[in-house]
Amino acid sequence: MTTPLLAAYSAYIKTSLAVQFQYRVSMMIWMIGRIVQPLIYLVVWTTIARTRGAEIGGYDAGEFAAYFIMQMIVSQATFSWIMWEYDYIIRSGQFSFKLLRPIHPIHSDVADNVAYKILTLFILIPAALLLAWLFPPTFTFQWWSVSAGILSIGTAFVVRFTIEWTLAMAALWTNRVSAINQAYEVLLIFLSGSFAPLAVMPRPLQLLADVLPFRWLIAFPIELTLGRLTPQAALLGFAMQAFWLILALTTLSFVWRAGVKQYSAVGS
Amino acid sequence: MSQPAIYLEQLQKTYLVPERDAGVVAAAKSLVRRKQRAIKAVDGVSFTVAPGEVVGFLGPNGAGKTTTLKMLAGLLHPTAGVGRVLDYEPWQRKRDFLRAITLVMGQRNQLNWDIPASDSFELNRVIYRVPLADYQQTLHELTELLDLSPLLSKPVRNLSLGERMKCEIAAALLHRPRVLFLDEPTIGLDVTAQRRIREFIREYNARHNATILLTSHYMADVEALCLRVVVIHHGRLLFDGPLADLVTRFSPHKTIAVDLERPIASAEAARFGEVISQSDSRLLVRVPKQETPKVASRLLAELPVNDLTIEDPPIEEVIEQVFAQESTP
Repeated sequence: MTTPLLAAYSAYIKTSLAVQFQYRVSMMIWMIGRIVQPLIYLVVWTTIARTRGAEIGGYDAGEFAAYFIMQMIVSQATFSWIMWEYDYIIRSGQFSFKLLRPIHPIHSDVADNVAYKILTLFILIPAALLLAWLFPPTFTFQWWSVSAGILSIGTAFVVRFTIEWTLAMAALWTNRVSAINQAYEVLLIFLSGSFAPLAVMPRPLQLLADVLPFRWLIAFPIELTLGRLTPQAALLGFAMQAFWLILALTTLSFVWRAGVKQYSAVGS
Repeated sequence: MSQPAIYLEQLQKTYLVPERDAGVVAAAKSLVRRKQRAIKAVDGVSFTVAPGEVVGFLGPNGAGKTTTLKMLAGLLHPTAGVGRVLDYEPWQRKRDFLRAITLVMGQRNQLNWDIPASDSFELNRVIYRVPLADYQQTLHELTELLDLSPLLSKPVRNLSLGERMKCEIAAALLHRPRVLFLDEPTIGLDVTAQRRIREFIREYNARHNATILLTSHYMADVEALCLRVVVIHHGRLLFDGPLADLVTRFSPHKTIAVDLERPIASAEAARFGEVISQSDSRLLVRVPKQETPKVASRLLAELPVNDLTIEDPPIEEVIEQVFAQESTP
């Protein structure tokens, strides 16, 4: 069972790399957009920290720099565009072809995403190094937290992809998916620690972030990698990731079954 | 009798579609209360197809052909009824079922436009878990039958419609399905390409004893490939039997074609039946079937006839009549 699935992934990734390689320029432009966003936050927060001459929520200028460089990496590693794509996939009839294949459609979507991440690594790494040179970061390097951090980024990707793929299935019921997607993105930006470290946010928002999945997908891997968490906090973070993973996978399988039944293959 | 490859019993599919009148007021109303209308796309269709049989599935646009094919291919769940393909319930979409069938939609593409078809073929090989040796043999066979070798290495977007369709069909058959659902496989193709695809389908059927359910608006496809046709209209079964019987049953007319020694006046020609065409010395008349022998002998007796043939009307015409009769209740 495992070997054919691995072979399928390898074939999907190869095909996807070949396709995406055709769109080098648009990929560059898209990547620039994704680098600029954390860059803006980085500039704003380091400037505030410098002018105040004091820490904000436990972050000085160098720590803000470290936080947002890491934010760029974690966001890039975990993001997907699948919710924005499914409406088209369904309307264009591609969904029918996905259903005809003797393999769950999520695998080709994951492979597409991974292929894109592999290609963009060649832009991401230089961008991170450049930012680190322009805004010298300060953080505590610990082997255990960096290794655990990398693991947590992997888990965060799986959880986030599962959530976003489930949301993408909304397109099987409604053609107003972009409203749902917008709402999701807003929550993600503010409650994941993308816009600012959660420590600088008002207490009620922090509490809200604790009970929602977003912070465990972005803020937790960043803080863990940068050595800002105790081993206990790290364990709690992994437990929360596991909790959300189980919940997301259960929801996915339920939504998937109902969605396929609902699918009307209109005009395709 | 062996088990049928395809079996449908009272298969139904009802779509619920939102409905509202035009205009802003109606739009605002629909926010509060959504009206939905049930449309019966397939309304209790039953038939079976034996293994290795090629059946033409006919009907006008909106008759429910594509919906039926999609249910049989596992894309749609029916509202009611029984459907079995190779003894699987299609909409459970079991992997072994999906590996045994294929659906070709003439108006949709599965091949990726940005890469050569051969790359997509290789992907299908892995996804369908086709052993390498089998794959090479099938690919070789398809390449030869469809003349693919000059096409395989070009990005699909650079191929013509006909070339693309050949590659689409090849991609859909690499896993050597035992049941083929072909929905308008020749649509939009020129006559040569149509013939090529048609010949290929026949050859595939002969070599692999594959079961084929085919829809097409081109009667040439149906005539060349299908001994049997199933006709549906408004989601209901109208006819199921040999193509020849369709003509006998639905066309109460025959066409008599005569070559004359000299042209005759049109008034004179009209005495024999409904004149379909008349040019110089050639005359085509439509006559009620039971009167054919009588009219033929009158023609021979009363006109200077060089040659006379009695023909069934073209299948297109018959089909048109079938649908016309059905839509005027």
